[in-house]
Amino acid sequence: MHGEDFFIQAFMYLAAAVIAVPIAKRLGLGSVLGYLIAGVIMGPFILNLIGKEGQDVMHFAEFGVVMMLFLIGLELEPRHLWRLRSSIIGMGGGQMFITSTVVTVIGIIAGLKWQASLAIGMILSVSSTAVVLQSLEERDLRKTDGGQKSFAVLLFQDMAVIPILAVIPLLALAVTTGHESHAVSVDSSWVSGMAAWLQTIVVLSVVAGIILAGRFLARPILRIIAQTRLRELFTAASLLLVIAIALLTTKVGLSPALGTFLAGVILANSEYRHELVGNIEPFKGLLMGLFFIAVGASIDFTYIIDHPLLLILLTLSLMAGKFIILFILGKIFKLSFDQNMIFSLALAQGGEFAFLLFSFALHKSVLTEAITKPLMVVVAISMAITPILLLLNEKFLQPRLGTREKEGRQADSFQEENSVIIAGFGRFGSIVGRLLRAHGVGLTILDHDSNSVDMLRKLGFRVFYGDASRLDLLEAAGISTAKLLIIAIDEPEQAREIVAIAQKHYPRLTIMSRANGQQDAYELIESGIKNVYRETFETSLCMGREALRFLGFRAHQAHRASMLFRRQDQRHLHELVDTRHERKTYLTATRQKIEDLERQLRQEAESYDEQLDKSWDVDSLRRAAKER
Amino acid sequence: MASVLLLFAHPAFHKSRVNKILIESVGGLDNVTIHDLYEEYPDFNIDAAREQELLESHDILIMQFPFFWYAPPALLKEWEDIVLEHGWAYGSTGKALEGKKLFCTISTGGSSQVYSKGAKRFTIRQLLAPIEKLSQLCHMDFLPPFTVHGTHLLKEEDIREHAERYRRFVFALSSEKLDCSKLEKLDTIDENADKLILKAL
Repeated sequence: MHGEDFFIQAFMYLAAAVIAVPIAKRLGLGSVLGYLIAGVIMGPFILNLIGKEGQDVMHFAEFGVVMMLFLIGLELEPRHLWRLRSSIIGMGGGQMFITSTVVTVIGIIAGLKWQASLAIGMILSVSSTAVVLQSLEERDLRKTDGGQKSFAVLLFQDMAVIPILAVIPLLALAVTTGHESHAVSVDSSWVSGMAAWLQTIVVLSVVAGIILAGRFLARPILRIIAQTRLRELFTAASLLLVIAIALLTTKVGLSPALGTFLAGVILANSEYRHELVGNIEPFKGLLMGLFFIAVGASIDFTYIIDHPLLLILLTLSLMAGKFIILFILGKIFKLSFDQNMIFSLALAQGGEFAFLLFSFALHKSVLTEAITKPLMVVVAISMAITPILLLLNEKFLQPRLGTREKEGRQADSFQEENSVIIAGFGRFGSIVGRLLRAHGVGLTILDHDSNSVDMLRKLGFRVFYGDASRLDLLEAAGISTAKLLIIAIDEPEQAREIVAIAQKHYPRLTIMSRANGQQDAYELIESGIKNVYRETFETSLCMGREALRFLGFRAHQAHRASMLFRRQDQRHLHELVDTRHERKTYLTATRQKIEDLERQLRQEAESYDEQLDKSWDVDSLRRAAKER
Repeated sequence: MASVLLLFAHPAFHKSRVNKILIESVGGLDNVTIHDLYEEYPDFNIDAAREQELLESHDILIMQFPFFWYAPPALLKEWEDIVLEHGWAYGSTGKALEGKKLFCTISTGGSSQVYSKGAKRFTIRQLLAPIEKLSQLCHMDFLPPFTVHGTHLLKEEDIREHAERYRRFVFALSSEKLDCSKLEKLDTIDENADKLILKAL
């Protein structure tokens, strides 16, 4: 094994990712574009650091797609998948059928044989699971209507790859006995020699096996592994699970992505879901990154420069054609305009399967290199363009469209005047929102959770999907005219991010923020927010008050005690922020926490008791009466 | 010029017509601090120390409120109970309010007849006996109440007239242009009180 070589390779890929992705993110381009650009720069055309092994890397990195589908499966309960069935078959089937028909007809008109045309048509009708899902995920679009439909189509395409692989050899005019070194699934499988009916039985029983094993075997095994309390063992088991299923499905001629997806769906209800997600996620991320770098590096720029016109024309017509077909389908399936734009733009490219299928078709002599070479470049370009299109759509088109559905009612003038933006509508924000709503205050809600968002929409709320720390989303929600921004999300870091962005661009806007605890409250106050609400403070106080009552204090006395406590605590909170700043430099966070608490306890001991005794029947009054 | 603390207690200020205009009118004076109790302490959780500080830094105290069941709204009573502490407001060492002036501004739904002298009738000043007594105990000078009666039927121009009269009176009182010895004998500060304003104003 060439150890040093391996390290140099790993170093270059990782360095490319670490340098390019943060820059791309900062520029708002997203990680997919970042990886692609890194690939282009490192590729043979510019730096020539990678590229020779590009194809191999890509095949290896495709395993990232497999992992991604496993993760998606984990988020998708069987019930939910069943609900998607009409989209999968209707939209997915429709898309593939229409696209391959149109491309075939164009091919025949262009003078190709019908067999070759059909092969091209089928191959080009497949979109890129990797690019689409990663781009949607990163833009927080996966759970939108358009995102869901895109996913349904991709799922159908993944299933369709198997029959396409089966059909292509039949299209060959002359059967060749060429070398079949490329690891194309059908040829290396156990079942290729069997009769068709036997194949079917084997495939079906493998699927049934995955379902049954997932249901009854995986959980007890995972439990035993979890009990060892060795984190790395669970990681190993997670990887083993994914790899085993991928291998098994490949061996029976199924798509590995589909197999792991199925396994994911079955495990979606299990208690180990989050563990599995946490363990697989980093691997998936790295492999997907690797995959995108490889795609970037594989774009043959010398070839593009030699045939610019042909390639531009081909790419344009491929993407425009797919876009139009998808858009019409979206219309038929009642997607709203803005969701349809997401759906159609996301899927309007050739996919990574095209690389595999083209080389397969080449080996089977269905197509010649004169045809596959430009088309493979076109597919790569179209994959690289997709994230850019989605970015442009999000930046320029979507803000103009606002929400993904038409507003039910025109906001009346009172609502306009009272416009409030609530970021986060979970267990915290929903209470705030309900109270405001009950008093006719115009609300705009930003949230991640697609289920609650759908429900809120039906009730006539103005809701936007997505990450509230994005300025464009805040602007689409109307931050420039809002009276108040309420931050009720439960990640403190993100809350502070929103604060920073809102303060930077709208310094006069009032912000109210949920704070996670004492330390988080300090940080928010330090960043200039006056209205900070510690999420457990009122409840704890309430509990303390009830405890006092249980111990025999009169209700009103306990109430007043808790109210006084509250007032003093509130005051100390703001006082401590100032003194805290000076001590900050030499105290660790934990030390600081203890010291803050100590100060609070001291201050309370001094002032609390005397404060409570001053009203109504006071001791001093009795003393004065006795003296007289 | 003497500084004025206006303790305002109105649990439904958003529905108010009369008090809204009265407050706007005196709120325009530089030496008047408006302290809206129901806005400051919606939970009745009154901060005694803060209130005492406010009282100490003003010379004249006005309690302005709508008359509910012939008495101030609940929060103002709570305020008295909590803020006027023994040893501070009264008692052998309680001299914090000594010499300060106190009067009430009251709006009533009933007409002035309801509060005129007679059998089975009490004047506003009689009904305010607890507050008059309170100011004695706290060594304050109690002045007759400023009243606006029959609020339900008042037209806006009438209210504005009352408001203007109110502003004039507060200004004259705080700039010591009033004949206080005669004032103390009045039942209410009505139109007649204008005559007590010294010409020099």
